[in-house]
Amino acid sequence: MADLILEATGVVKNYGAVAALRGASLAVRGGEVHALMGANGAGKSTLVKILTGAVRPDQGTILVRGQQRTVHSPAAARRTGLMSVYQEPALIPDLSVRDNLILTQTPIDRFRSWVDELGVPDVDLNAPVRQLPLAVVRVLDLARALAIEPDVLLLDEMTAALPADLTERALDVVGRQRQDGRSVIFISHRMLEIAHLCDRATVLRDGETVGVVDVAPGAEDQIVSLMLGPLGVDPSSRAGASAARVAATIARESTPRLSVRKLDAGHKLHDVSFDMHASEVLGLFALEGQGQDELFGALSGAESPDGGSIEYEGKPVRFRHPADAIRRGIVYVPGDRALALLAQRSVRENVALPFSAKVRGWGFIDMPDEGRRVKGAIERLQIDTRAQSQVRRLSGGNQQKVVLARWIAGGLTTLLCFDPTRGIDIRTKAEIYQLVRDLAEAGAAVLLYTSEMEEIQRACDRVVVIFGGRVVDEMPASAADEATLLRAAHGLPPTGSVTNATAGEQSAAAAGT
Amino acid sequence: MTVATSAPSQPGRSAATRALVRGVGRDTWTLGLIGLLIALFVLTKMIQPTYGSSQVQNLATSILPLALAAVGQAIVVISGGIDLSLGSVMALTNVTAAALLVGQTPEMSVAVVIGVLLLGLVIGAINGSLVVLSRVPDIIVTLAMLFVWAGAALLVLGTPGGAAAPWMRPLTSGSFLTEWLPRALVVLLIFVGVVWLPLRRSRLGLSIYAVGSDRLAAFRSGVSVGQTKIAAYALTGLFAAAGGLALTAATGIGTPIPGPYTLLSVAAVVLGGVSLAGGRGGLLGPIIAVYVLSLVRTDLTFLGIDPNYSTVIQGVIMVGVVMVGAYLTLRRQRA
Repeated sequence: MADLILEATGVVKNYGAVAALRGASLAVRGGEVHALMGANGAGKSTLVKILTGAVRPDQGTILVRGQQRTVHSPAAARRTGLMSVYQEPALIPDLSVRDNLILTQTPIDRFRSWVDELGVPDVDLNAPVRQLPLAVVRVLDLARALAIEPDVLLLDEMTAALPADLTERALDVVGRQRQDGRSVIFISHRMLEIAHLCDRATVLRDGETVGVVDVAPGAEDQIVSLMLGPLGVDPSSRAGASAARVAATIARESTPRLSVRKLDAGHKLHDVSFDMHASEVLGLFALEGQGQDELFGALSGAESPDGGSIEYEGKPVRFRHPADAIRRGIVYVPGDRALALLAQRSVRENVALPFSAKVRGWGFIDMPDEGRRVKGAIERLQIDTRAQSQVRRLSGGNQQKVVLARWIAGGLTTLLCFDPTRGIDIRTKAEIYQLVRDLAEAGAAVLLYTSEMEEIQRACDRVVVIFGGRVVDEMPASAADEATLLRAAHGLPPTGSVTNATAGEQSAAAAGT
Repeated sequence: MTVATSAPSQPGRSAATRALVRGVGRDTWTLGLIGLLIALFVLTKMIQPTYGSSQVQNLATSILPLALAAVGQAIVVISGGIDLSLGSVMALTNVTAAALLVGQTPEMSVAVVIGVLLLGLVIGAINGSLVVLSRVPDIIVTLAMLFVWAGAALLVLGTPGGAAAPWMRPLTSGSFLTEWLPRALVVLLIFVGVVWLPLRRSRLGLSIYAVGSDRLAAFRSGVSVGQTKIAAYALTGLFAAAGGLALTAATGIGTPIPGPYTLLSVAAVVLGGVSLAGGRGGLLGPIIAVYVLSLVRTDLTFLGIDPNYSTVIQGVIMVGVVMVGAYLTLRRQRA
């Protein structure tokens, strides 16, 4: 086993009664890019914390080049040759880039050359990190890790918020690490990146390593089935087959649930009009910053529109406070769970908040009734309640379920979902799609914004595309393949075809010029 | 998806010029405070035409303890903490020095002064260690230690007493080179400079800012968060001890009852542009803020305003300055 650079075996970690890891293993060879895969809650982040020294394992051994190793901090992990790049950059916001490099004893010349390599020229080393765009900070964080020249580079969801052009260069640079005999542990939810970049993949499920896969064409299916396990919902099962039935319902219903007419809000949203019907999942697709944030703000009552009108079941409404929208059953599920949940409070309080502690209402809370309604919602959504005393201790997917449970327990007529599956594993994703579908079947109107194109066909009946603050296209979901969506989202006429949808917007933009 | 971080460098504007502009730009708060201070001096001169160099010297001498306290508080606040026991530590070091200095030879008195400074360092390290090891929030630990160190001060000297070394009073009063440069200010700047300047650019100094700015990012950058916090508290203790010695020098005795220094030091830190959330600010701002706060009080006295009103006015001025400062910062960021 001389070619193993890092080997973790039998790693166990319990948090109180909750077993985060039951027996995880990971073996990384010299000069390979190794994917670490697993649904949320599978123990991936715990294993990462153990490798980087943030958390100590209860059992198990970690060998580096055959030597037993114990680390208690990222600084110690670095001394043994492991550097990590996390989802949130580890640069100090109040220090300049240069001071950050001094703090971590990073060679500045090597850092500069990696920054150039990664495609962000002209970085001012004296600028405080706080003033730099987030995408740049992420690239600088990666460049710093590369400049330290670790034996093993651990990348945790590094590409999650990088624009397409920078992602491509970053993946390219990471791939070339293996030429120098260095290894990379790569964690990502994006199967395409895994397939493109990695040599092997270790799959975790429920705190255990369930398989090591050689990444070759077709390995994706194998990885997915390992991640899902025997009980998994088939992620490709789509509920859109009911489209015909929905169309019939819409035809029968004369007034739409929600009508948006010439809505104008903030600097970005101009003249948006569309209808939402009961029993329908309406998809909304747009590139970043096309006015979708403002649209959801106006519909949920968080922001006042500057012009236009919103009609609820044929009657004009004005929302001056989210409570006005919630009273009509128009509820909002934001992409960032932190915006919806009270992280330090229990699951029960979080679910019961809107209907028990009614906004602008006083009096005693009917505890038995609250308990029944919360329990019903938790069971319906299969929320994992082992850590229910504080919502922040739940996994991301379970947190999102709590947000949904809150509105289901309170009663809803219109569900506004803004990228509800962001950063959530595919198993929970499938459950959330199914739930959204069930709610629509039960008569709710659903507006689902997503940044992932394949979700439109998987979860929606109809889709509206917004570009530059205006509705540029509307089509049934069955017609919304990725190439069509991408063209529409760039404001291009629906002619010709974009063959390589995965290459991101450049190819589409190039096709348009 | 623009990723350009800075405009292409313009020809004719050297890197040094740009660095200077940026450095000044980042320290607008301190510059604003200096402007406010100058305006206050002009105002004082208008109200009281006889206000001159000897008054400036007296002012510097009388605020030396508070200025040292503010510097100490600023360091721990930058590191993301707060030290509510600072006033008690000043009292404890004040009486310890006064008790030990009775009838000492000059050589021994220097040794006592150094010993008291080390005592402050140790007390601060104890505060910091308790915060780090107990994981109880800083504000609670140091609130508890406020009582502990205040009690210890009473154990050292039950009633005001003791003495200062004869050389201490001249060291902190009068002027240096010119009558307009108070000796107390020179002593303050030298002491702060000797302790802080080598630290500021060192790994420890950067770590103090890093821990205050973002604990998790600092930990992930390889900073030892616990050791850094203990070091920051120890430095605060060192400056509190210096403040206690300044009290001994100014009064010639030790007084076991803590003065109002804890809250005044927090006020000076806030007014001095240090973020209570940690990570941002410097030590010059709080020192100037101490001058501003005292000059306002002097002016109100000259104007014959009831002292009870003048504390109200001081508070209103503080809120006003911080509000205006925050508003200007916000507008600059939006622009």
